[in-house]
Amino acid sequence: MTQTLTLGRLFRLSLLSLGALMFLAPYIFMISTAGKDQSEIFSASLSLIPQHFAYVANFTKALTRVSMQNLLLNGVIVCGLILVLQVVVAVPCAYALAKLKFGAARFMMALVMLGLLVPIHATALPLYVAFDKLSLLNSYTALVAPFSISVFGIFLFLQFFRAMPDDLIHAARLDGMSEAGIVARVIVPNAWPAVTAFAIFSVVAHWNDLFWPLIVVTNQSYATPPLGLLFFRAAEAGDDYGALMAATLIITLPLVIAFLLAQKRFVEGITMTGLKG
Amino acid sequence: MADIALPFSAVDTAGRREARTAWLLASPAILLMLLFIVLPTIAVIVLGFTDFELGYGSFRFVGLENYAELISDRTFRRSLWNTTVYTAIVTPVSIVLGLGIALLIESEPRGRDFFRTVYFLPVASLLVAMATVWQYLFHPGIGPLNTFLALFGIPGPNWLGASSTVIYGLSIIGIWQSVGFNMVLFLAGLTAIPRELYSAAEVDGVKSSIDRFRLVTWPMLGPTTLFVTTISVINSVKVFETVKTLTEGGPNKASEVLLWTIYQEGFIFLRVGYASAMTVVFLAILVVLMVLQYRFLDRRVHYT
Amino acid sequence: MSVFSLRDIRKSFAGNAILKGVSLEAEAGEFIALVGPSGCGKSTLLRIVAGLDHADSGEIRIGDREMSQLTAADRNIAMVFQSYALYPHLTAGQNIAVPLAMRKLTGMQRLPVIGALLPGQRQICADIQRQVRAMAVSLKIDHLLDRKPGQMSGGQRQRVALARAMVRNPSVFLMDEPLSNLDANLRVHARGEIVDLHRRAGVPTLYVTHDQSEALSMADRVAVMIRGNLLQLAAPQTIYDDPSHIEVARFIGQPRINLLPSKKDAHGVVQFGALRLTSLPEALGETGVTLGVRPEFVRLRTEGQGALAARVERLEFLGSEVIVFAKLAGIGETMLAKVTPGEARGLVAGQAIGLDMDPAHVMLFAEDGRRLPAAPVSAVLRETTRG
Repeated sequence: MTQTLTLGRLFRLSLLSLGALMFLAPYIFMISTAGKDQSEIFSASLSLIPQHFAYVANFTKALTRVSMQNLLLNGVIVCGLILVLQVVVAVPCAYALAKLKFGAARFMMALVMLGLLVPIHATALPLYVAFDKLSLLNSYTALVAPFSISVFGIFLFLQFFRAMPDDLIHAARLDGMSEAGIVARVIVPNAWPAVTAFAIFSVVAHWNDLFWPLIVVTNQSYATPPLGLLFFRAAEAGDDYGALMAATLIITLPLVIAFLLAQKRFVEGITMTGLKG
Repeated sequence: MADIALPFSAVDTAGRREARTAWLLASPAILLMLLFIVLPTIAVIVLGFTDFELGYGSFRFVGLENYAELISDRTFRRSLWNTTVYTAIVTPVSIVLGLGIALLIESEPRGRDFFRTVYFLPVASLLVAMATVWQYLFHPGIGPLNTFLALFGIPGPNWLGASSTVIYGLSIIGIWQSVGFNMVLFLAGLTAIPRELYSAAEVDGVKSSIDRFRLVTWPMLGPTTLFVTTISVINSVKVFETVKTLTEGGPNKASEVLLWTIYQEGFIFLRVGYASAMTVVFLAILVVLMVLQYRFLDRRVHYT
Repeated sequence: MSVFSLRDIRKSFAGNAILKGVSLEAEAGEFIALVGPSGCGKSTLLRIVAGLDHADSGEIRIGDREMSQLTAADRNIAMVFQSYALYPHLTAGQNIAVPLAMRKLTGMQRLPVIGALLPGQRQICADIQRQVRAMAVSLKIDHLLDRKPGQMSGGQRQRVALARAMVRNPSVFLMDEPLSNLDANLRVHARGEIVDLHRRAGVPTLYVTHDQSEALSMADRVAVMIRGNLLQLAAPQTIYDDPSHIEVARFIGQPRINLLPSKKDAHGVVQFGALRLTSLPEALGETGVTLGVRPEFVRLRTEGQGALAARVERLEFLGSEVIVFAKLAGIGETMLAKVTPGEARGLVAGQAIGLDMDPAHVMLFAEDGRRLPAAPVSAVLRETTRG
């Protein structure tokens, strides 16, 4: 196919590029403003290169006001725990539903379908009350427990296992493997693509989650990244946009870098769920 | 040939062993589902019939009083309205843009990965952080947006600070944040369209890209479009982060949205009973939306 | 006057030459089967004729018009695809109507609601409906017009695809392996239907298949393509009896032809076992040659008799005939002989036998694959001595 630059192609490319520029604008301004000092910000100039490089000052302010590493650590711990629990709970259950015959299968499927309709926002109130009564607020337990069951995960793995050939399991049974052995040595290794796709979903969703941590955490030391940023904003009296932009830059960076490195997986993950949906 | 009859019990035991394993494997999930989904949902529905307030010892059943109060609650009604307006803006625009960008990227072999990354970046970024950046962009005095508009002599409004424009400001952020997700889903749908259909269309005399879109692309995207629409609507109804970060429902309840109202009533004012009634309404809306879409559209978009 | 011709079509992709100068001329109403192994370029050639791909160089003529610059939509050719490519969201009737609608209605007239209000549109639509119905009746699918492809069987879908192709009287018919998605028994029945349709329509047809028996049974002429080259274009019997190239002989015929390496001495004589052939009037000189003989021309003899000694490897029983696999003594090549069950009675694996090749049906191929003339030596000697 000859790559001639026809008028049509030029038009399409310029449209895409213009749009890309508009979509990148917030990031560009974020990086640019993080390096400006107060006076320049208030002069409302559109120039992207700061006149006086205030990166160091702004970043120092951002890093000292809020303990960044604490936030990131909490984010990693919470998302990591959630992911591990979700996979450990969902994979066996999905396998049972997909490949084994047992009486309550129908009932379970109904539960799964129901669960898909009910987001955390709907169950938050009673859970909050319960955690409060158990004095579990402001703890990793409160942050992690409600998400240990991921109905979406069960659904995703279920579709995946259904598509797996039964013969694989029959062969393993004929070889004398126990049911537990089958799960550990046949199912889990083969489920890897689905697990990675789900992992991306889960991590992004829970790293980003504001609602639940906002409700159960008031102690800064347990703050997750979104919450930490809110605290920073609250602590930031006045309009120090320079420091604010610096803070957002630092907090956004981990996930963005992870995304840029693992782009293909991200897109594959969403594609997989989209095609199944 | 000898007649081999399997003893009935052997088959039976295998089946029972399988069932036992299945129960074992599924029990943690069942337990957690009951504990964290079923029970709380029932609790929310029950609490909706009470006047429970956190901090007060006792509570009583008040029947439908909460719901009656909801109907006359101006804040709640405003909240419903705002959420509807927000959804009505964000959903169609982000779907159309998502489809448009996907079509452009699909037809353009060069730079595909780059553009896909750029448009998807907002989805992968921390929303609270990016909302903060948008706050700066939207700043009436020093924000780049208004400064840019001023270059053309257009006086930019107080995007997030004026009650007439705050929903639009939030909608812009919502669209920006969700277009990339829709785009990826549409890209997947587009690549799944069999190439031979396009060849057949060409041979049949289809020349313009509009005709090609109407005859092949749009009909074959049916299931994808349905899925994207469902996800977009649900996500729009669940808007919260931007409101909490930027406007807290103001100014003057102009950006009061469902989840924000529930948050305020339940976790700030601690009127758990009342907030539960709101939650039930919220849940009902979600369920109805989902069911409506799948009931009416699912059959029309699947051709086999 | 040829009604459709290709001249020196070349196409390369990513440095690989897919089509290496293919030329072809079809007469009016002719059914040409384009056959070859996967990857030989036949589908690419078809797509180029259709206008879906463009050749790097070469000419395509339909009637008198040069087509290379025209898009597929303008060429008035019709194509049936391997997967039929029916629009899944349209009924059979709507599918068949698409090519007519695209050509007879303008863009505005095709709009869903507004189009119906435009003058003349209703008349054109009625005409289209009549043509669709007539075509459906002639293909016996008029009872399916309101069904969608998803509700039809493979055979029914195939007929809808044919109807869609035929409905606008194209000047050339192109078919890309349309039967490969059908069950084996249905395929044989469908072959007859397509040949019948072709005869009724009288339109020159280019039919691509990888199944050589399909090509031989359906076509007026067969074009054999191997690795981007059109090696031979001739009637089926000629292709079978008189292949011009060793690759043609190898690809055509079930079971495969026997190919045995041998040598031609300085006098142009080839000796194989007790068989002697001369390749005159081919040039003299010592070269390698390959002997080719089809299994039905290999005769079984008892041990010790016949031109070649061999040992039975195995037997394939096909009902009306038996294929004998025999390993030649000395050379180690396996030869296939097609015999009647009577002739094969009593044969067992491991048995020593003799083989004879019918000298009138032995083919000679040069080292470059070209077919050489071959005649049994005694006949030539008789000719020259008569001198």
